[in-house]
Amino acid sequence: MIRAFCDWLAATELSITIQSLTWIVPAVQTVHILLIAAVMATALLFNLRLLGVHGTDQPVGTAALHLLPAIWFALPGLALTGIVLIIAEPARELRNPAFAAKMALLALVCAVTLWVGRRVRSAAPPGRGMARCAGAAGLLLWVAILAAGRWIAYLQVS
Amino acid sequence: MAFPYDQLGWLQDTPLADAIAVSDLLFPSIETVHVLALSLVVGSIARVDLRLLGFGVGHGPIKRVARQILPLTWISFAIALASGLLLFASNAVKYFDNTAFRLKFALMILAGLNMVVLHLFAWRSIGEADARVPLAARVAGALSLLVWVGIVAAGRWVGFTAQ
Repeated sequence: MIRAFCDWLAATELSITIQSLTWIVPAVQTVHILLIAAVMATALLFNLRLLGVHGTDQPVGTAALHLLPAIWFALPGLALTGIVLIIAEPARELRNPAFAAKMALLALVCAVTLWVGRRVRSAAPPGRGMARCAGAAGLLLWVAILAAGRWIAYLQVS
Repeated sequence: MAFPYDQLGWLQDTPLADAIAVSDLLFPSIETVHVLALSLVVGSIARVDLRLLGFGVGHGPIKRVARQILPLTWISFAIALASGLLLFASNAVKYFDNTAFRLKFALMILAGLNMVVLHLFAWRSIGEADARVPLAARVAGALSLLVWVGIVAAGRWVGFTAQ
């Protein structure tokens, strides 16, 4: 079914137009990477603060307030540029184990970040151990998401 | 064939460079490290640049923001440089002859010069409290953002043209 959907999408006028203008994919990938840069740098700062190893002159709640909006603003842009890349080459992503892993990990990290972002600003902030666990999980998940994204190019099903 | 092609040829024939070029795993793995490091470089510099331009003033004074972020930028830059050198070595002649690769290097030199000029001339005029950011510092921030966007774009184009 996914295969049929990919074939249909790749044959649409929109997909064919994007494919024929060879500069669109690298240009959209560039925007995608710039937004990834915003997310990764922000996630690094926030998770290092959760781990208690960087930026400790500020409370975690303040760090969440200053840092997390950049992630929530970048994600819709990442989804949009990602969708353009999927329309351009549907099978490259939709029939790719690296892409599936990336989406699953992304859902997980969003849940963790939403939860911890709320908790640190609530009346009952998480304890030190819990904050450290969330920070380590956040760092590992974002690195795994980036790696899975890069490996989409290498794990294509022909 | 003479300088620098003899040297580039020697570099890509070293056992390490050859191993990266022929392995199915090494190149993508090093490339993943490179993308991770460069995303941290660009994202962290952008936070400082945007602060210079007046965004996120409530996050604290510029010098405090810079002191907190820039050490992470430099560590990431060292990793991006080392991994980039390994990728370059795997096919040195091809990358050296690639226009997008040359453009990327020219832009990196520009980013370095912009940083030196900012620190030599505009940095002192930013007070610890920085109620107003000097014009020179704001220009440096805007230039830095533009140049780093160019570096990412040129880097992406290397992947499409040096195959």
